[in-house]
Amino acid sequence: MGCIEEMDYEIILRNTSFKECREFVEKNFKEIYHVKPGYKMFDVYLIGVPPITIGVDGDHVVFPYVKPCHGTFLLRIRGEDEIASLKGGEGI
Amino acid sequence: MTGLNNALLLLGCPELPVQTGIALYLSNKLVRKDFDVTITGTKSAINLMRVSDPEGNYAKKMVDLDLCIGNIVEKRMDFDRCFVFIHNDAGISYLATMRGISDADLFAIVFGSDAEMLASMIEFECEKIVARTAHNPIPLKKKIDEVL
Repeated sequence: MGCIEEMDYEIILRNTSFKECREFVEKNFKEIYHVKPGYKMFDVYLIGVPPITIGVDGDHVVFPYVKPCHGTFLLRIRGEDEIASLKGGEGI
Repeated sequence: MTGLNNALLLLGCPELPVQTGIALYLSNKLVRKDFDVTITGTKSAINLMRVSDPEGNYAKKMVDLDLCIGNIVEKRMDFDRCFVFIHNDAGISYLATMRGISDADLFAIVFGSDAEMLASMIEFECEKIVARTAHNPIPLKKKIDEVL
């Protein structure tokens, strides 16, 4: 998953749990999408306990990113194409 | 895909010593039962396996974790059985992902100081092999022997 780590990302939550990420997104963002594990975004297959909750914040997506040794991070990355895919219902 | 029964061992962060030893033990046990075994995991977890078993006597096939997940999602590979090693929240996420993307019979190998708590977080059907151990592999080995 080196691809995401080379992008311009903001860490909203770090070393947290998947459940906490889901609750944070549901509480703080109005536009929310649920996807299945393995959903492809930024050329990465998302890992997580379904449903994986993704928030849309303007032209940014907010989503959980799992690293085996460091837990789950909630990231915010600009992604107009990813938002279009979510709105189109791909993989949901 | 092969004609054999095939099994995947998905390793987590190798910070707990029991993981490598149990993975080698389980791989050997499955090979002896005529399973074609593939091992995936973090780079460090895979390197520990390679160094521990330099001639590949117990673990022959190793695949990068992200590549393995991608191949399963894209239906380029799948397994009859999948054993996911879990000692933290990320391990639960990988287990749930395998439940969602693979048709394999799923086994959760849960260990470490939070083993029981982590096992209680698994809310879907799978075989749970649970032992509260981090250094001593024997409790986990015994649980595996009861199941396989």
